[in-house]
Amino acid sequence: MKQEYTITVYTENQIGLLNRIAIIFSRRKINIESLNTSPSEIDSVHRFTIVINEVEEVVKKLCRQIEKQVEVLKAYYNTNDEILWQELALYKVPTDEIAEKVKVERLLRQYGARAVVIRKDYTVFETTGHREETEALIKALEPYGLIEFVRSARVAIIKSSAGFHEKLREFESQQPGEEVIENEFLNKRGEVFTM
Amino acid sequence: MSTLEALEQQIETPVEKSISITGSEAVLKALIAEGVKTVFGYPGGAIMPIYDALYDYEDKLQHILVRHEQGGIHAAQGYARTSGNVGVVFATSGPGATNLVTGLADAQIDSTPIVAITGQVFAHLLGTDAFQEIDVINITTPVTKWNYQVTDATELPAILAKAFYIARSGRPGPVLIDITKNAQLQKFDFTGYEPCHHVRSYRPKPIIRKEYIEEAAQLINEAKKPFVIFGQGVILGRAEAEFKAFIEKGGFPAAWTILGLSALETDHPQNVGMLGMHGNYGPNVLTNECDVLIAIGMRFDDRVTGRLDKYAKQAKVIHLDIDPAEIDKNVKATVPVWGDCKETLPLLTELITKKEHTDWLQRFYSFTEEEQAIVIRKEMHPTVEEMSMAEVIDALNELTKGDAVIVTDVGQHQMVACRYAKFTQSKSNVTSGGLGTMGFALPAAIGAKYGAPERTVVAIIGDGGFQMTLQEMGTIMQFGAAVKILILNNNFLGMVRQWQELFHSKRYSFVDIQSPNFVTIAKGYGIEGQTVHHRDGLKNALKEMLDHDGAYLLEVMVGKENNVFPMVPQGCSVSEIRLQ
Repeated sequence: MKQEYTITVYTENQIGLLNRIAIIFSRRKINIESLNTSPSEIDSVHRFTIVINEVEEVVKKLCRQIEKQVEVLKAYYNTNDEILWQELALYKVPTDEIAEKVKVERLLRQYGARAVVIRKDYTVFETTGHREETEALIKALEPYGLIEFVRSARVAIIKSSAGFHEKLREFESQQPGEEVIENEFLNKRGEVFTM
Repeated sequence: MSTLEALEQQIETPVEKSISITGSEAVLKALIAEGVKTVFGYPGGAIMPIYDALYDYEDKLQHILVRHEQGGIHAAQGYARTSGNVGVVFATSGPGATNLVTGLADAQIDSTPIVAITGQVFAHLLGTDAFQEIDVINITTPVTKWNYQVTDATELPAILAKAFYIARSGRPGPVLIDITKNAQLQKFDFTGYEPCHHVRSYRPKPIIRKEYIEEAAQLINEAKKPFVIFGQGVILGRAEAEFKAFIEKGGFPAAWTILGLSALETDHPQNVGMLGMHGNYGPNVLTNECDVLIAIGMRFDDRVTGRLDKYAKQAKVIHLDIDPAEIDKNVKATVPVWGDCKETLPLLTELITKKEHTDWLQRFYSFTEEEQAIVIRKEMHPTVEEMSMAEVIDALNELTKGDAVIVTDVGQHQMVACRYAKFTQSKSNVTSGGLGTMGFALPAAIGAKYGAPERTVVAIIGDGGFQMTLQEMGTIMQFGAAVKILILNNNFLGMVRQWQELFHSKRYSFVDIQSPNFVTIAKGYGIEGQTVHHRDGLKNALKEMLDHDGAYLLEVMVGKENNVFPMVPQGCSVSEIRLQ
């Protein structure tokens, strides 16, 4: 069954790597719903967060292809219930309209938003949350002449992750330890060997 | 000691730890340090500083000037395949670099270790649509294992060390290094060349899991009908001896993919033939009957598996591969044995019981007999006047005794050559398997000859493919690679014609290809040759070709509308293979 998967990729910070990763999806005609690159908890290590709609079998193969790239340290994939995630959205609205017609305080409280800037001509609100939450505020602001809207890519934290420091140490050693080579078969042998 | 001697000694003793050299020299020093003896290439504007430096290195590095960059990279591929070393190719920016793309794709899909070095415009001109500027890094990203653009000469020694390490380690592949002209010209303090042995984010070999070896051994020991299928992984892993010890102890029948060909000698009693679309009858049919399928260094290409949902469904699958991305990619593995087969095979051999499996092996032999009766004998000894491709290969076998390197192009002649050519040693079959690049054979054969100079190299090519890269006869003319060119001319683009006959109601759309007088063209390049029309003259002509001192072109006219059988039609299961 197709569902939303969040792929987290730890990489070196290298020019051209974004393309190398992106074409793994486009070659298979898979649309990337959201893509974010950012630093990770480790100084030199970059982190990609990629959201796609696919079946697990395909996602697993994609992760193997991603990990195969020379500058990729590790790729994980998770379903939505295995992660905490947020998206950030900005909304620009005319100040006079909003000041006249809306109880701004209540609106902000209701949607967990805050004002980033208030000028005579326009005001910019900001909110973070899941897709539905940021979309709900669009609906609320539309009647007052939403001038501009933008939403960021998803950023996600894996609930069960212990971070990447330990793994990185293994990557840095000449003989990577066993943990580096994740092998899902090991823990699921029963299922695998009954086929 | 004379003043002169003292002076000489002074010059030879390095006074300082670092010397000032240009980026171009650093490139050449890196190649020499990596043990590269031969480079294939073609100069041009943006790579001129490297060629200028090469002028002083002619005695240390042999440079073969090809006639087209595609020829250059195919030659580097041929060199890599017969020598087992990394093949190196030089090309200039823009069209020089784009001409490499087909070869890079070919090397990527066939796991051939290549380092391609391209010149690039000055760094300040990047992105300005300068003369012969092209975004070679992004163009080649999908077809390289790794690529990198150097704009500063100080990076060059470390980057080239990394390039060679990545190209040859793990599952080999092509690496492209794009060097801007300013970096080639830039002088910097060179402190020496350090080979690379570790890249933090790159794991060439997965850790071997003993549990899987044990699991696999248990499955094998319980198996009644175990069947080994092997690919180029055995050759790339230099594990031919380990492989043979494994199959001999277990008594397994073993069949090969076309890139695995020559890893096991043809006459080995357990070598049961070729897999896949035009493979042998037994291995295809019995794939769907074996109880344990042991896949070694192969990737279950669609030309091998036929219809996947009907492929070896009854069997437990043990998959040995160095590339974790190959496990479960096409065929689900019951036991995944990740690792270099040079290491995993001996571990497995130790745990398996010595067995014969005589009856099971006999099943393969009886399929062979059937194939002999219906296909092979007819192909080898045709009753019609027209010659068959198979009888040409058979005659060649008799003369070479299976000791030659056989380089093939793509199409009917390739399938026939792979089916019938005999091999006594590994690294003897060079062909474009994954990409199916017509025009591969002639340049690859030139490279193959430099990779294995003491061996006879025969390039078997169709009349279509030969016309794609025949300009490389110019390379032979100039540098003298003694390549034996054997053109099997059926006056058709034979493989497409065969499909049009079988699946498109004989609508022969643009497969009727005219050829020039190949022998005359060869003569123009100073290459001796002849055409054979009748089988009476075949053996003598082949002998003359092989005995000739230097390159030779032999064109053999073969039957126009012969088909390659057996055949697994597209969309069919391997066990639905047709004998006629």
